Amino acid sequence: MIIGVCIKQVPATDTRIRINAEATAILTDDVKFEINPYDEYALEEALRLKQAGKATEVVTFTVGGADADARIRDGLARGADRAVRIDDPALAGSDSLGLARALAAALTAEGVGLVLAGRQAVDGDSSTIPAMIAELMGAAQVSWVDKFEMDGEAFTAQRAAGGGMREVVAGRLPAVVSCDKGLNTPRYATLPGILKAKSKKIAVVGIAELGLSANRVGAGAALVTFSNMGPPPQRPAGRILSGDNATAVAELVRLLRDEAKVI
Amino acid sequence: MSNGILVFCEFEAGRPRKTAFELLQRAVALGAGPVSALVVGDGDTSALGPNGAGKVYQVSAPALASYSTGAYTKAFAAALAASGASTLLASASSVARDVLPRLAARLGAGLAVECTELRNVGGKVVGRRPVYAGKALVDVTINSPVGIFTLRPNSYPVVAAAGGSATVVPVDAQVSDSDVDVRVTDTVAASSTTADLTEAERIVSGGRSLKGKEQFDAVVRPLAAALGATVGASRAAVDAGYAGHGEQVGQTGKVVNPSLYIALGISGAIQHLAGMRTSRVIVAVNKDAEAPIFQYATYGIVGDLFEVAPLLQAELSRS
Repeated sequence: MIIGVCIKQVPATDTRIRINAEATAILTDDVKFEINPYDEYALEEALRLKQAGKATEVVTFTVGGADADARIRDGLARGADRAVRIDDPALAGSDSLGLARALAAALTAEGVGLVLAGRQAVDGDSSTIPAMIAELMGAAQVSWVDKFEMDGEAFTAQRAAGGGMREVVAGRLPAVVSCDKGLNTPRYATLPGILKAKSKKIAVVGIAELGLSANRVGAGAALVTFSNMGPPPQRPAGRILSGDNATAVAELVRLLRDEAKVI
Repeated sequence: MSNGILVFCEFEAGRPRKTAFELLQRAVALGAGPVSALVVGDGDTSALGPNGAGKVYQVSAPALASYSTGAYTKAFAAALAASGASTLLASASSVARDVLPRLAARLGAGLAVECTELRNVGGKVVGRRPVYAGKALVDVTINSPVGIFTLRPNSYPVVAAAGGSATVVPVDAQVSDSDVDVRVTDTVAASSTTADLTEAERIVSGGRSLKGKEQFDAVVRPLAAALGATVGASRAAVDAGYAGHGEQVGQTGKVVNPSLYIALGISGAIQHLAGMRTSRVIVAVNKDAEAPIFQYATYGIVGDLFEVAPLLQAELSRS
């Protein structure tokens, strides 16, 4: 059974963002990219399942240009067997559904039985692509999983549900599982791993090879458009409460009650 | 253009959650056509009409007794078709996050998630939402005949119900046990009985300065309890084991939107600010007067949290 891991490169979480002139996206020159933090949990889980003899191969899947190869190599250095990068000019301007179509087509073409992905990419923060992939592949799905076990085709998983509850769920492959913090502790690449990764293959595919027509992806197929991107409103200047701690605390409680009216 | 808004109303213990009223009231205020409610399962729907629903599309079936993606997706699709609505609105909850992308892919519908603002632009609903963990906001426009939006809890105030009543329309979604693809086999209570971080009205968070799990438990949790608040933590505190990973607030944890956020010993790294900057009132307690958190705080106390937090707790229980 092949495990597919979706990997996206995102701006490092400490990036101070700048917005383009059209106010539709951020400027990416000078931005340092890293593997989306949640994708690291997905990759780690895949590597552990393979080590436990529950998978034959771990293949990573990325939509993007050659600039993503450094992050893909990082995944290979940690232990993924090979990588697929979907790169096509027709993908420019795709919304989540367009990207999900490209990924689902590539995952299907490779015969992947279990797809592991991060719960969200920390750029768009949408958390929509894993479930879209599941629908397009006709697979089961579990979102935001922090515990996962597999026995043959059967799996169990745990996730946070609403109202402070946790759910234990059971299903069967094929499945798409989106991974949350707490699932595992991702490994770092080792020097031998980095050397080994140099000879591992990154296959670059276009959408025609995946059997997708250009009108299913890209800006023309996008159902969702972004505009008017701007910084969040500035918060009004706050107040530092003076005096000794007891005085400051008494004043704080008064303000919370009488001015802010939140207690 | 608009054939109205269908609002997914979530229930807990047989009654609508507060988010249901927030959504219904906002849907009415948008003035983009008739507002109706989508209810999955049994439950007392009598409060939905007074909060703005003209009709309640209720999908009940034994296979919907507990949550499953497969059965719920079918139920949503059937209710949406029955209502003829052009907009589906839901809270940004764990159920919505699981089922709506699947529904969107099935229907070829545009999906705008995690909105903090919904407007009516020429009869069409447009969302505004944070991206890059709130470092930017962006308008989201949907170009498909049906648009799906999720709204973060506490984005709009809930006011007293205006009155009115709803007609209940039962919907047969033809769901059966074979639609239950992933089955819930057990439900367990997480650590506390307080509200989810993402829905909490009040949050007390602790950072690395707590210096240990024991102190975190002795200082942050009792203050939260005194306020009826949910406990949060910075990434540093979670990684050091002071708090559970489900309690992490920030870019790689929960994004929260409470009325009151109290940060104890949190310096205010950009990743943490990303998770809580939309809180209505932020209180910061930190020894370091230069800590970035003070630039975002409504009220700040420069002082030792081990002295300030117990004083605050005592003051709250006194008055």
